[in-house]
Amino acid sequence: MIQFLFKGLMRDKSRSLIPIIVVALGVIITVFLQSLLSGVIGDSIESTANFTTGHVKVMTRPYSENSSQLPNDLALVGVDTLKESLQKQFPEMTWAERIQFGGLLDAPDSNGHTRSQGNVSGMGIRLLNSTEEITRMNLVPTLVSGKFPSKPGEMLMSDELCRKMKLKLGDKVTLISSGMYGDMAMYNFTVSGTLHFGIAMLDRGLMIADIEDVRSALNMENASGEILGFFTNARYDNKLAKEAAKSFNAQYVSSQDKFAPVMVPLSDMNDMGFLVAYSENVQGIIVSIFIIAMAIVLWNAGLLGGLRRYGEFGLRLAIGESKHEVYLTIVAESLLIGIIGSVIGVIVGLLISWPMQTVGWDISSMMKDSNFLMPSVMRAHISRTTYYIGFVPGILSTVIGAMLAGIGIYKRQTANLFKELEG
Amino acid sequence: MIVEVKNLVKKFPIGDGFFTALKGVNLVFTEGEFTGLVGPSGSGKTTLLNIIGTLDVPSEGDVIVLSKSVGNLNPKEAAQLRKEELGFIFQNYNLLPVYTVFENVEFPLLLLKMSAGERKKRVLETLEWVGLTDKVKSRPSQLSGGECQRVAIARAMVKRPRLVLADEPTANLDAANSHHILQTMEKLNRELKTTFIFATHDEKVIGYLHRIIRLADGQVVADDSPLNPPKGDFKSEPSEGTFTNNTSLNSSPSGRLGGAL
Repeated sequence: MIQFLFKGLMRDKSRSLIPIIVVALGVIITVFLQSLLSGVIGDSIESTANFTTGHVKVMTRPYSENSSQLPNDLALVGVDTLKESLQKQFPEMTWAERIQFGGLLDAPDSNGHTRSQGNVSGMGIRLLNSTEEITRMNLVPTLVSGKFPSKPGEMLMSDELCRKMKLKLGDKVTLISSGMYGDMAMYNFTVSGTLHFGIAMLDRGLMIADIEDVRSALNMENASGEILGFFTNARYDNKLAKEAAKSFNAQYVSSQDKFAPVMVPLSDMNDMGFLVAYSENVQGIIVSIFIIAMAIVLWNAGLLGGLRRYGEFGLRLAIGESKHEVYLTIVAESLLIGIIGSVIGVIVGLLISWPMQTVGWDISSMMKDSNFLMPSVMRAHISRTTYYIGFVPGILSTVIGAMLAGIGIYKRQTANLFKELEG
Repeated sequence: MIVEVKNLVKKFPIGDGFFTALKGVNLVFTEGEFTGLVGPSGSGKTTLLNIIGTLDVPSEGDVIVLSKSVGNLNPKEAAQLRKEELGFIFQNYNLLPVYTVFENVEFPLLLLKMSAGERKKRVLETLEWVGLTDKVKSRPSQLSGGECQRVAIARAMVKRPRLVLADEPTANLDAANSHHILQTMEKLNRELKTTFIFATHDEKVIGYLHRIIRLADGQVVADDSPLNPPKGDFKSEPSEGTFTNNTSLNSSPSGRLGGAL
């Protein structure tokens, strides 16, 4: 019987084609939006993680409480041991020491007098003998001149600051800052390369040097302000991050050491909680919107189709089907429509999302003066969820639409449906 | 006795009051009748047909169809009775346009959960009765009005119902096709002993009827046989002489319906 009805459904294009197109369109949009928002929000989170927060960050308690001031006098000490311990305890993560600092960059002339000066926001990362941090922070495409430091004493700086200070590659500059013990720190660097991020916050005055040089400069032997942890799959997982932090912090909860380490997940830093929550709920939001919108459209389509089919329903009742059976077949038909429309929608949605994931949309020209730390290329992210998320609104909306439309069958007297036959 | 109508009253709500479509109708139909409910529009013939067909329920009184009280049947039981024992033929044929002739006729058998082999045998046999074996794969849109109504007859007859209810079956047909259809139904009635009850005001139909029940304003005003009114004997084949067109009944080669019956 079901096979018989489906045969009729497929032959009657007005009952199958239009609803399938509506469902497929809704599913295409759902799949594309899910992958795009997931990609864009995910990439924004990852950018922030890679540059500043990590997926989790280990700091001392007082550093954590004043982290916006980059208080290196409250930095972690004995980081080699701590990092080793973290690697053992959380093998699913990789760890990177970072030192963030502020200072003044002074460029001398040939006589040793100040030629130009500029404020810098500096970062000490592992640069020598390792490309891990260069890859993580995606620095290669941002290098506009020179090369990455290959020996101690070399540094990278923002191209904009470099030009403002009238520096050229190979010039020597002196970093003037405060050391870990409150002392005045001065250290000479050679400019080996310049960077351009397309993000005003970074391009204004960033300098990046190898962490060992920064330690030397700031008198921070075997110390660092922060140790950043990253999930090896390079995707932030809030639940796992929170679990890791909880597990780590439990070891120090009763510690009397006021400089005891504390682990903070990304969602608890830099007001990232909202973005993480949004990322986690965006799929539900999109799906809910499309279920409601499509159900309304399909409900109306079902009503119109149902009105047109009252004659058929009357005939089927006369032949011996009950209202309940007629209603169930309407729902079954809608289920088939939903499945076919969803399959088509998911396939087309993935085909549209795929180039958006691999090529992306370059929005760097729109972000020249942006203060947001987000990628300059918008990319979709096709995940396992992308493959099935379209089925939820696709099937639910058709079935809900058909169920609402089919209520008319029950409300109408059998004899009235029968009379439609003569209409 | 196949149908008994006892003091049947049917009222429809209109505004604050009621419109009484049937006013105390009493009738008995026996097995094998070829009977017409005849009357003008609004006389209550379709309402009576609907109640006999379990598509509507009495307001007062009772209708017993095949020993079952229509008023006491729940929707599921009523559907079961229609599925197994009743056939319907409509003025507008009401074939399902997306299905072939074969599929339209097959539909009632699907509800009876008959096997595919048995369904095929029954459908082809029934289409042979109505002379449409060459149209098995045609869609309704490819058929003439007369052919459509023959498909509708086949659909009503394919499950071998005991009672067929036909509401104005010739209203949309020309004279030749009307006679052809009526001859087909009369022959089915004669060969299969299927009871036919018509609602009609078509004179062509009346000429074929073995029994005429005249309705006016929801009441039975006459109940007789057309060729022997009102005291005459029941004549079983009144219509043979009324057919003036050359259209012939396209029956099985033997001239009898379905030797397998």
